[in-house]
Amino acid sequence: MSFTSIISLALGAILIENFILVKFLGICPFLGVSKSQETAVGMGLAVTFVMGVASLVCWIIEAALLVPLGLEFARTVVYILVISSLVQFIEMFLRKAMPGLYLSLGIYLPLITTNCAVLGVALLNQQNGYNLLESVIYGITGGLGFLVAIFIFSGIRERLELTADTPKAFEGFPIALVSAGLLSLAFMGFSGLKII
Amino acid sequence: MTGSVVLTILAVVLVIGGLGAVFGGALSAASKKFAVQVDEREEEIIKVLPGANCGGCGFQGCAAYAHAVTDGAAEVNRCTVGGADVAQDVAEIMGIAAGEVKRIVGYVRCIGSATGGRKYDYIGLDDCFSALNSIGGGPLECRFGCIGLGSCARTCPYGAVTVESGAARVDRDLCKGCTKCVSACPKRLITMVDYGSKPLVGCSSRSKGAVVRKLCELGCLGDGSCARACPNQAITVVDNLAVIDYTKCTGCGKCAEKCIRHCIELV
Repeated sequence: MSFTSIISLALGAILIENFILVKFLGICPFLGVSKSQETAVGMGLAVTFVMGVASLVCWIIEAALLVPLGLEFARTVVYILVISSLVQFIEMFLRKAMPGLYLSLGIYLPLITTNCAVLGVALLNQQNGYNLLESVIYGITGGLGFLVAIFIFSGIRERLELTADTPKAFEGFPIALVSAGLLSLAFMGFSGLKII
Repeated sequence: MTGSVVLTILAVVLVIGGLGAVFGGALSAASKKFAVQVDEREEEIIKVLPGANCGGCGFQGCAAYAHAVTDGAAEVNRCTVGGADVAQDVAEIMGIAAGEVKRIVGYVRCIGSATGGRKYDYIGLDDCFSALNSIGGGPLECRFGCIGLGSCARTCPYGAVTVESGAARVDRDLCKGCTKCVSACPKRLITMVDYGSKPLVGCSSRSKGAVVRKLCELGCLGDGSCARACPNQAITVVDNLAVIDYTKCTGCGKCAEKCIRHCIELV
């Protein structure tokens, strides 16, 4: 696997096919935890971490269990089971082994258990026929794309809170949804980007 | 044909059931292996605390404070919001005597910014920090005065800070003393004072008297007339600003009578 193809995969996951703004996966934490930049970064890092690990584990389960038994059709159910147990385990492990990391990521981890971006990345890895290394890179960079999007969006929302000239009917979630749409349009502009 | 379908269904059931059993077992084993010892008293203290997570105690929220108390790193009477009652409860849980809780409230040391001149009309974010970063250090002529955009009022979890005619005021009965507004003010105009009737200097200007006279109708000139009026020598003028030493002050209010600028308040 050449260096260019890694860059191309990473750029694709972060900008061109951003999980939130282009693929529309993982919208609920994107809207729910983006009120301040501090929590947004925490959530983004937690998602990045879980997406990377989930890609790895799901790929192994697929190759070791589902393909030999010819059970590819049950992929979605199995992945949900794997991811939710995995997140629980990571939470427990972090609490014991890395209390500092647990305090910054811990409260967001249970929210990710059923995050569709995590399930999405595991399924897309199989759909696109990625090998193990590609899957992990795609998972981590997909998470970084999530981090970029939620960080930009939380900045916009902090700014919106301060500017008082939002019409009364648009305060809070409505204006957040409108600005999320505009941000998504902006990211659509990356669709022309290609690395040969 | 039917045989292979049954086999497939059986395989799916076995795989998902098996995986579930394996993960469930692994998780329950892990929960024992990675169990973290939590002090029971910590949970109890969290229940007793107000749960405002204001940070007035100097810790990141009530849970962090409860942890510090059980660790012995913090005193039981640090919660200014809960006051004496909460301190008593926490002390009971910890099995030690509660200390005295002094009630402190915020006070904005600027009462005259409405009368003060403006350099220009400020149009921008409703936020004191960004106003201060705009041209000329904000629209107010007096560089020590309250800009009145209410960053402190938005930070206050108890609605005790309001902006009245251009200057922030703290309602001392609503104030719980969490000190959040102190760091929300870019000019650090809010200080914590003891609750109770005491003269307070409502000005922070360290400019010379002649300058203050031009900029504001209520600014302290630093001429020391209050200091001369005080029977207990509790007032000194430091950097053109009257400062009250509360260890000597009896709260007689003579200074407020003598102040020609009316910037000493009796609350």
